[in-house]
Parts: sequence; structure tokens; C-alpha cells
Amino acid sequence: MKKSEFPDPFKEARESKGFGEMDDQNDPVTMLLRLKDVRKSAHNWKTFQSGATPGRIVVPSEVNIRDTRQIPFEVDPPLHGDYRSLVEPWFKRPLDPAYQGKLCKIINDIVDEVLEKDTIEVVSEFSLKLQSRALTLLLNIPYEESETWINWGTHVFRSDDSALDGDKASILYDYIDDQIEKAIENPGEDLYSMLLASEVNGKKLTKEEIKGVMILTFAGGRDTVINAVTNSISYFAEHPESLRRLQAEPEIRGKAVEELIRYFAPLTHMGRVVTEDTTVCEHAIKNDSRISLCWASANRDEKVFENPNEVVLDRKINPHISFGFSHHNCLGATHARQIMNILLATLAEKVKSIDILEAEENIEEWGEFRRKVGFEQIKVKFNAN
Amino acid sequence: MAKITFITSENESITVESNSGSVMELAVQHNVKGIDGDCGGVCSCATCHVHVAPEHFEKVGEASEIEKDMLELDDNVSDYSRLCCQMEVSEALDGAVFHVAK
Repeated sequence: MKKSEFPDPFKEARESKGFGEMDDQNDPVTMLLRLKDVRKSAHNWKTFQSGATPGRIVVPSEVNIRDTRQIPFEVDPPLHGDYRSLVEPWFKRPLDPAYQGKLCKIINDIVDEVLEKDTIEVVSEFSLKLQSRALTLLLNIPYEESETWINWGTHVFRSDDSALDGDKASILYDYIDDQIEKAIENPGEDLYSMLLASEVNGKKLTKEEIKGVMILTFAGGRDTVINAVTNSISYFAEHPESLRRLQAEPEIRGKAVEELIRYFAPLTHMGRVVTEDTTVCEHAIKNDSRISLCWASANRDEKVFENPNEVVLDRKINPHISFGFSHHNCLGATHARQIMNILLATLAEKVKSIDILEAEENIEEWGEFRRKVGFEQIKVKFNAN
Repeated sequence: MAKITFITSENESITVESNSGSVMELAVQHNVKGIDGDCGGVCSCATCHVHVAPEHFEKVGEASEIEKDMLELDDNVSDYSRLCCQMEVSEALDGAVFHVAK
């Protein structure tokens, strides 16, 4: 099997019954696998709530390692909309040409850097650096701050032997507390200062609320962006003709970004807590139990996508839900799309080919399903155009 | 050339002319408020939702099944809802009026 091939482990369960079941720390999860069911449930916030105990909608559950509510992610309408409309314009800044110019420089520099080297490990030496440097733009803080985050390593919240590492998570939380205090003493043009100066429903945000927004900003865009970037490199390594096509037909770049994001689905699923006895696919789901919205499975639903297991670079109709769906769709999607768009343009311009030398897959286990989500490490050689 | 009018939720009327591309691209190029086109036109975000003026609906025709599924769960949907990214600009659209849903 090609290194850039990401199989669909959900096919049989999706077709035969529409759901899967898994245990998560004695708080079981019913995984919804069909695109229509996932969309409908994502939309129905009254029955499938996000505003549960902080950490509970995440799978694996983070109830035991955090109390801070992530905002606006773990809040339901109508309050969700109040928070969301506060932060949305900030997270749309990547549409601004000046922002794109800076992002373009960051990505050009890192591609130039790796073209100079004999071999590089993509996850830690390319994707992590790119994600961290790009995040300084999203927060509107000095570029140098990215060095701190790069030093944290790929997983701030996970260690090698545990998907839930409270000690590691506290590094991030303590860091955010410090940054909030610094912004109080010395307000600037950064996201912390913007939040400190803001009101929702006539009340200033508390430090705890600001921390909730910032944790979400750090956590939501870390491994997701790292996986999207790393996996795309593996795809182009095995499909150099796609790089040439993007060079010749820059107008398909937007479609290519959406297609890579559909195919790789960087976040496998996200949970909700059920607020009343209900059914999905004729399967009974009890009040106060959990479901998950499996974006990765929905994106391969053969009832919706033709040739779902192939990367069709210029796929014209592509109703994927890699960025979620409805109220809670990904706040960072605009930033992520810009990163991917500029990355594709830069690779097409500067890179002739990429050789994969060594790769170790990152396989997630969710009950009966084993899903490849990315790479633990992948060593490559970039060859200049 | 087709002349197309967008009416925003703040009742601003914007009339533009074009002969190619999607209606979404046209709206984004002219900064029509409420048309974001986040996904670039692949029918995955519904941020280009409009209500076609009923008397012009024949010009654009029915949505495809995938587009209908997408619209079904969007706020403020009507019998005249369409996604701009799924409508190609052509002479057939001349004179059409679109009310921005957001």
C-alpha cells in the first residue's frame, strides 16, 4: 500500500448499520458514520449538546484533566452565537491580503529551508514549525514566540504513553495564564488583548473565559494542521504529477485544498452529550450518554461521494465535513485553508519531487475501528524544481 | 453579458455584469455582504446561500440533490433557496435577482 493511502475503516459498519460503538473510560460513545446522520445531529444542538461538563464532548474524554470550558466550542446556542460573533471577525483575518503576504513568507522560508537539507523528518521539522510560526499570525504576536511552542514538541496535551496527560496539558494552561497576565499589564494588538477589551452580553470576559478561548485556539489547530500538512506532503511525494498539475492549473488549487482535507479528515470525530432518549439509525441512544460525529467516515460516504477513496484533485462537488458542520463548524477553518492554499502554491512552484525514505504511521484505535490519521514520523528528501 | 442583482440583508442592492464563472465568485469579487464562499465553491460550507426572487426562479432551476441536502439544515431556508456556488453565470441568468440569506 502506498504511504499516502489512507484507507476507510468505517465502510462496512457505515453501510450495514450506520453506527459503531466504543468504550471511552467507562463513558461509552455511539459513533455516527453516515454523512446525513452526522449533519443532522450536528445541527440538532438541543438533543445533542456541546455545553456539557467541560471536556466530556471530546473523545477521548478530558473530564479528568481539565475544568476550563473551551469557548465557543463547549457552549450551546444562543450564548454560543454571542461568543462566536465576538471572535469570528478575528478568525476571518486570514482573508486579508496583508495577512496572506506574511503567511506566504513563512511558508516560502520553510520550504526553502528544507530544500537545502539532505533529509528531513516532516512532522517535527516541517509541519510543527510551519503550524507554530503561522499561529503567531493568527494570535497577532511576535514571530519569535513560535520557538517556545516548537520546543513543546508535537503533542502538548499527549505524551508518548498516554493520550491524556494532565501534567503536559498544564504546561499549556500555565503558559496561557501567564500570557493573559502579561496582556493585562501591557495591552497590545494581540488576541489576548482583544479578548480582555471585549464584552459579551454587556459583561467583560473573565480570565477563565479568555483562557477557554485560548486553549481552544491552541488545541484545535495543532495536530489537525500538522496532520493536514504532513499527509499532503506524503501525497505529493507519491503523486509528483499532481504538483505539476497545480503548477499548470493554479485555478484548481482551492478545489485541491478541499479534496485533500476531505480525504485526510485531520480530526476523526467529535462528541456530543445526548439530552433526551432518542434514536439514530433505529439504534436507541439513552439520555446523558454520548454520540460522536464521525467526520472521517462521513467524508467517505459512497451515497454522497463518487470514488470516495480516491483523491480527485479537482473534485467539483465536495460536501465534506472535515471542518465540522452547523453552529460549531471550525473557527480556524479560514486560517487552515489559507495555510493549505499557500503551501500548495509554494510546493508547486519550488518542488520538483519528494522522496519518502522512511515512514511510521499514526494509527488511532476507536473500539472496533483502526484508523490511520497521519504519521508518527516520516523522513523525506525534497528535490528543488 | 448577464446582469445580476444581489440584495443584502441590509437592503443594499448591488447589480453586476459577467459572462462566466459561478454566481458565488461574482458575489465575492464584488464584496457582496453575507456571501463568504468559504469553501471556494465545492458545496461544502453553505456560506453563499441566497433566495432567488420567485419570478426569476425558472432562470436558475432546481438545486441538485446534494445541494438540497446541504440547504436542508441551513437557517432561513425557503423553496427559493440556492447556493450561489452551484449556479453558473450565463445569458440565461440575465436580470436575475438574489436576496442574500445571511
